[in-house]
Amino acid sequence: MKVLMFGWEFPPHNSGGLGVASAKLAYALTAEGIEVVFVLPRRIGIEKGPFKILFADETPVTFYEAQALSSGYVSSEQYKERRALLRDAQYGITLFDEVMRYAIRAKSIAKLERCDVVHAHDWLSFGAGITAKRVSKRPLVAHMHATEFDRTGGSNINEEVYMREKKGMESADRVVAVSSLTKRMIVDRYGIAEDAVDVVYNAADTHADRHETPDPVLQFKNATGKKMVLFVGRFTLQKGPDYFLRAADLVLKHDKNVFFVMAGSGDMEPQIIRLAAELGISGSLFFSGFVRGEELCSLYRAADVFVMPSVSEPFGITTLESLSHGTPVIISKQSGVSEVLNHALKVDFWDVEETANKIISVLRHKSLQDTLEEHGRREAAKYTWRDAAAKIIGIYERLLGRHRLFY
Amino acid sequence: MPSVCFYFQVHQPFRVKRYRIFDIGQDHEYFNDCGNGNLNNRRIIEKVARKCYLPTNALIFDLLREHPEFKVSFSLSGVVLDQFEQCAPEVIASFQKLISTGRVELLSETYYHSLAFLYSRDEFEEQVSAHRLKVKKLFAFTPRVFRNTELIYNNDLAKMAEEMGYVGILAEGADHILGWRSPNFMYRPAGCSKIKLLLKNYRLSDDIAFRFSERSWRDFPLTADKFAQWISSHNGNGELINLFMDYETFGEHQWEDTGIFNFLRALPGEILKHPDNDFVTPSEAIARYDARDVIDIPNFVSWADVERDLSAWLSNSIQHDAAHTLYSLRERVLDTKDALLIENWRRLQTSDHFYYMCTKWFADGDVHKYFNPYESPYDAFISFMNALHDVQLRIGLKNKKI
Repeated sequence: MKVLMFGWEFPPHNSGGLGVASAKLAYALTAEGIEVVFVLPRRIGIEKGPFKILFADETPVTFYEAQALSSGYVSSEQYKERRALLRDAQYGITLFDEVMRYAIRAKSIAKLERCDVVHAHDWLSFGAGITAKRVSKRPLVAHMHATEFDRTGGSNINEEVYMREKKGMESADRVVAVSSLTKRMIVDRYGIAEDAVDVVYNAADTHADRHETPDPVLQFKNATGKKMVLFVGRFTLQKGPDYFLRAADLVLKHDKNVFFVMAGSGDMEPQIIRLAAELGISGSLFFSGFVRGEELCSLYRAADVFVMPSVSEPFGITTLESLSHGTPVIISKQSGVSEVLNHALKVDFWDVEETANKIISVLRHKSLQDTLEEHGRREAAKYTWRDAAAKIIGIYERLLGRHRLFY
Repeated sequence: MPSVCFYFQVHQPFRVKRYRIFDIGQDHEYFNDCGNGNLNNRRIIEKVARKCYLPTNALIFDLLREHPEFKVSFSLSGVVLDQFEQCAPEVIASFQKLISTGRVELLSETYYHSLAFLYSRDEFEEQVSAHRLKVKKLFAFTPRVFRNTELIYNNDLAKMAEEMGYVGILAEGADHILGWRSPNFMYRPAGCSKIKLLLKNYRLSDDIAFRFSERSWRDFPLTADKFAQWISSHNGNGELINLFMDYETFGEHQWEDTGIFNFLRALPGEILKHPDNDFVTPSEAIARYDARDVIDIPNFVSWADVERDLSAWLSNSIQHDAAHTLYSLRERVLDTKDALLIENWRRLQTSDHFYYMCTKWFADGDVHKYFNPYESPYDAFISFMNALHDVQLRIGLKNKKI
C-alpha cells in the first residue's frame, strides 16, 4: 500500500508537535510495510530517511504558475489581493499564499506519485490533500493535530483558517483526531459527522532512566541545591505560559528553593518577560529558548516536575516525553492527553492556586514524585507510534475496502 | 445444620476535604466540606441513611419479628457512630431498636476503623477500648467478639484479642490460607488456646455483595430460593456459613431497583424452609461449635481486592509515606493533651484515607475508582498530607506554649 502524505514541517525544522507527530507516524507506517511518500512545501535540509521525501517547491515552475491564476481554489481577485499583501510581508510571502502554492503544486506531485491513499496533516496541508485527492481519485484522510479554536485559545479565531479546516475535513473521506477532546471540537464546531472521525492518540519514544544519565543541566541543578520546575511549549495564548508564571509566583512565596525553566519561544515572549519582572520572580526563572533533541531531553531529565498549563491542548506530546524521561507531570484538564493518563496530576489551567499546590506537593513529598514517576513512565510507554500506525493502517484498509484476516 | 451467621459492617469515614498548601496554618477543619460532591460527609451520611441504613434496619426489624429464629450481627465503627449522632440520630435509634430484640449482636473494632494494629499496639488498644465504651454507652452492649478493620488479620492479632478477653475473632476465608480446608467450620488461631476463628465464606458473601446485580454473571438473577439452596447444599459438609459483608450492600452498593431488598426480605424464610438450617450470631456459633483445626496465618490477610492482603491500603510509596508520617506523630500528639487535636489526628487514621491513595488501577481499579471520592489517588494524598502538615504545626505551637 502506498500513501501520499502531505505535511507542513519536519524535524529538526519544526515549531511544535505537528512536525513531530507527522514524521513519527511516517516512520512507523514505513516500519509496518506501508510505502510513504512524504511531501513538504519547501526544500529543507533533512537527513535521508527510510521513506521518500518530496519538496513541493521543486516541481516545475511553469506548471504551477500557469495553474495559479485559473485555479478554482482561490479566485483571481483574491489572488491579486494577496499579491498586494505579499509586498508587505516580511519574507515576501504570506502564510495563506504559501498554503495556496502548496495546494497547486500538489497537482503535479499527485500525477507523478500514484498512490492508494492521500493523507494530509492539519489545515496547512489540507489544500494540497484536496488537490491530490481530485487528481489521483484516491481517498483522503484529513488528520487534525490542532484546531483554530485550540491555537487561539477559543477567542478571535481566524475565519479563513476555520473555513479551510472545515473544507479539508468535509472533502476528506475520513478524519483523524488526536484525542476525543479534538474529536468533540470537530463535531461540535465544524459540524463534521461523529462517525466520520476516528481518534488516534499520539505517542512518545521511550528513554533511559533519568538517574542513569550524566547531564549538564542536572549537574547545574544539583549544584544550586534547588528543585526545578519545567515548562516546554510555544509562548502563545494556547500554551498558557502566563498561568505557569502565576503558579511559579505562588510556589516561590512558599518555597524559595525552587527555580523554573521555560523552554520555548513565541509572540508572547515580551509579555512573559515583563510579567516575570512585575511578579518579581525573574531571578528564579530561566529562559532556554526553543530547544530540541538532546538539549530538550536533558531538561526533562533534570526537572523535578513538568507543568503543561495549556488553555486548550489537542493532545500534548511533551507530557509523554517528560514521563518517558521519568519526570512526573502536572497537566491541564483541557488537554487530550489527560484522557489517557491516570498517573498525572490534573488541574484546570486557570486554577493557578491548585497548580501551585500540586507543584509544591510533588517537590515536598518524594513518595509522590516516585509514585508518579514509576506509574507515569509505565503508562506513557503504552502509547507507541507503532500502535498509532496500526490504527491508521486500519483506517486506510477500511477506506480501500480491504480487510486483513489476521489483524 | 448448617448455621448461617450474618455480620454486616457499618462504616463511613470522615473524608478529608480538598485542603491546599495555602490552608496550612489557616484552617484546622479538615473534614467539613460542604459542597455537592462526595467529600461532603454530612451529605453522604444523610444519603446513605436514606438509601440503606434506615430502610434496611426497618426490614431487618420486620424479619426478626416474623422469624424468631433469625439473627444478625453488626460492627459499627466509632467514626460512623459519631457521624450518626451529628447528622442522623434516627439511625442510632433504629439500631437501638434492633439490639433491644436480643437477637442482634454487636462486634468490637477500633474506634477509628484504623490500621493502628500495624503501627502501634498501644494506639490499637486505646482505640478498641474507646469503641467498647461507645458501644456500651449507646447500646448498653458489651462485645465479646472482635473484628479488625477490613478483616485485616494474622496470628499476632488473634493472640492479642485472646489476651484482651475476646472469645472469637473474624477473618477472611481466603483460599491461600485455607488450602484444602473449608471456611464452613469453626477454627482455632495458631498459638491460641481459647479464642475461636470464624472465616468468611467469600464466595457466598460476594454473590450477594458484589455479584447480585451483575448481568454477565452466570447465576444472574440471584433469587432468595436459589441462594437458600446453595446454603442447604452444605448440609453434611459444613457447620457454619459466615456471610460477612458491608451493610451498604443493601440500597447503596446494590440499589433498591436491583431487587436487593426483596431478596433480603425473602431470604430468612427460604433458608428456614430447610429444617436443618438455622441462624446464629458469632457468640452463639462459638458456644455451639468446636474448633475443627488450627489455622496458621503468619502474614496479614484482609477481605479487600483479589489479593486479600494489605495492598489496598499499603502498596505504593505514597500510602506508606502517609501512614508512616501519621503514626510517627503519636507521642508528640498525645503530649499536647489537646483533645481536639488528638481527635483530628485519629480521624486521619481511618483506613479509607489510604484506600483512596491506592494506585492498583488495573486489576481492582473499578472498585477503587467507585469508592474514591477524589479525582485521583494523588489528589487524596495531597489533601491528606497538607492536613497532616497542619496537625504538625499545631503540635509544634502547642508544645511550645507548654
